[in-house]
Amino acid sequence: MSKTLVEKIWDAHVVKSEAGFPDILYIDTHLIHEVTSPQAFDGLRKRGLPVFRPQQTVATADHNVPTLNQLQPIKEELSRFQVDMLTKNCAEFGIELYGLGHPFQGIVHVIGPELGITLPGKTMVCGDSHTSTHGAFGAIAFGIGTSQVEQVFATQCLLQQKPKTMKIEVNGELGTGVSAKDIILYIIAKISAAGGTGYFIEYAGSTIEALSMEARMTICNMSIEMGARGGLIAPDQITYDYIKGREFAPAGEEWDKSLAYWKTLYSDADAKFDSVLTFDAADISPMITYGTNPGMGMGIAAHIPATGDQAVSEQASFQKALDYMGIEEDTELVGKAIDYVFIGSCTNSRIEDLREVAEFVKGRQKAENVIAWIVPGSKQVEQQAIAEGLDKIFEAAGFQLREPGCSACLGMNEDKIPAGKYCVSTSNRNFEGRQGPDSRTFLASPLTAAAAAITGKVTDVRTLLNEPVHA
Amino acid sequence: MRKFEKLTSAVVPLNIENIDTDQIIPARFLKATTREGFGENLFRDWRYNGDQTLKADFVMNNPDYSGRILVAGKNFGCGSSREHAAWAIQDAGFDVVISSFFADIFKGNALNNGLLPIQVTDAFLAEIFSTVEKDHAAQLEVDLENQTVTIVATGAQEGFEINAYKKSCLINGYDDIDFILNQKHLIEEFEQTK
Repeated sequence: MSKTLVEKIWDAHVVKSEAGFPDILYIDTHLIHEVTSPQAFDGLRKRGLPVFRPQQTVATADHNVPTLNQLQPIKEELSRFQVDMLTKNCAEFGIELYGLGHPFQGIVHVIGPELGITLPGKTMVCGDSHTSTHGAFGAIAFGIGTSQVEQVFATQCLLQQKPKTMKIEVNGELGTGVSAKDIILYIIAKISAAGGTGYFIEYAGSTIEALSMEARMTICNMSIEMGARGGLIAPDQITYDYIKGREFAPAGEEWDKSLAYWKTLYSDADAKFDSVLTFDAADISPMITYGTNPGMGMGIAAHIPATGDQAVSEQASFQKALDYMGIEEDTELVGKAIDYVFIGSCTNSRIEDLREVAEFVKGRQKAENVIAWIVPGSKQVEQQAIAEGLDKIFEAAGFQLREPGCSACLGMNEDKIPAGKYCVSTSNRNFEGRQGPDSRTFLASPLTAAAAAITGKVTDVRTLLNEPVHA
Repeated sequence: MRKFEKLTSAVVPLNIENIDTDQIIPARFLKATTREGFGENLFRDWRYNGDQTLKADFVMNNPDYSGRILVAGKNFGCGSSREHAAWAIQDAGFDVVISSFFADIFKGNALNNGLLPIQVTDAFLAEIFSTVEKDHAAQLEVDLENQTVTIVATGAQEGFEINAYKKSCLINGYDDIDFILNQKHLIEEFEQTK
């Protein structure tokens, strides 16, 4: 019987399937961090259980960590306590921890791939909704709640209903200044913040196939922003080349065996998806969000939609979002003064993102009114950026390169956007207060964020790309 | 897990769509390492001003509304996987959330904690909102066994779907770990085949 990629991987991990019950799904790799794990460890203690397969569990500290002076004790008491608790729990239950100061520390969804832990055909979970990122390698990867973290600790399995499948095809060549982030913001704007709920999405088509692994991760990362728990891309030569030689990647005979398996991981030509959507890359321009969910996005040169054009039942929520953002319907966003730029998060904090920003800001200077933070996704990304001299370029342009963590994506540490201020952010959520109480977020690509930092305003980066730069 | 029984209660109506988990419980309140106490920060930035005074126009601060049922606009619980959202709602005294659409992870988290998410049609949701707008103390009856929600005053009723396994967990107070632990031998057998 022909199968989709999701079905192939899912079926290979079903321990038991019984009518009337969810499947018992085996989990190959469990990633954990300090925020969603403590109550799960506590649960194990209450039940008197060990972690069933500690070698299949990897921990890092990312959500709470400061992005300056990381080697000094964390100033904020509750954050320090939570990070310390992770250290104690990992020691007690025998789990490998890449904590602060470790050369592998970083955002959980950045370190998995870069260490060769994320591999095609795996099932992976983490108490974090952006676990879908790992799907870029052709893995089934999804976010879970803390009760499920405890479940995986105790059994290395999850009770899980098989999801519906959706295929999203994007074909054609991307225009100038358009990147993976714009593709995914475009798709979400088209199908809404709930349009993928209940599905695992397979991204395909010539545009997707031409993307680098890091760009593919950006796409899969935001699957949850349309409600889909997982998003994945069939592995190919680009995938294999990325994995080969990484710290924990298979090597030697193990590599050949893995590769042979990975090459079977694609949706059969006549496999049936529950839903199929097709988009044309030529229709995608640099994107920006104007509202308070990631579905409220538009091409950067467009006008903000009119409240009256929304479905009647949605008008009040729509207008509430515009009021929160302090913007008017049917006006342009280009030219709107901004206060902060945040380049980071599990969506856009990898070395290619930093290189792209560096290339653009080289010889340019950020606007005086803007504070521009660049937060690398991991220690390895940070070291690579320094080795390539990107830190010098950022410094000369007035951008601050900080230390790795989730940072201003969700403002659990000190990196918060103040009330009423505008931030052009490369992260994944523009919810009310996401980056700090009453902060206002415009989501965009690294290039669009960098352009806003330079001009101090929301800017169509395409207007700057041909401008001469004084290097 | 606490057993779920039949419930008749007034409701707290929150007629807003796409209520995300950052509104339910903002990230800066996720630093506790136990499951208790999140209720005081439920809808924190909608309930309180920056100076910690109450926002008078928020429904939870209106003494006319009370009850163990939260009713919210569609796509409730979108966003992060934080189970703290379900804990906060429960800790604030709710046993049921009614909406016309739920985000996946939130729904699973709620069920895993004995908080019952009930998905009704857009039309029935609108009927609940308009009933409560007219009579702030209007009651709903939730019957899990028969999978129905009823507006007590009018008798208007709608059925709802729930996975049969999850329903039995709620009624009996079991959780998934109890269920899987009973089948650990199958997991070990499965590992041998990999």
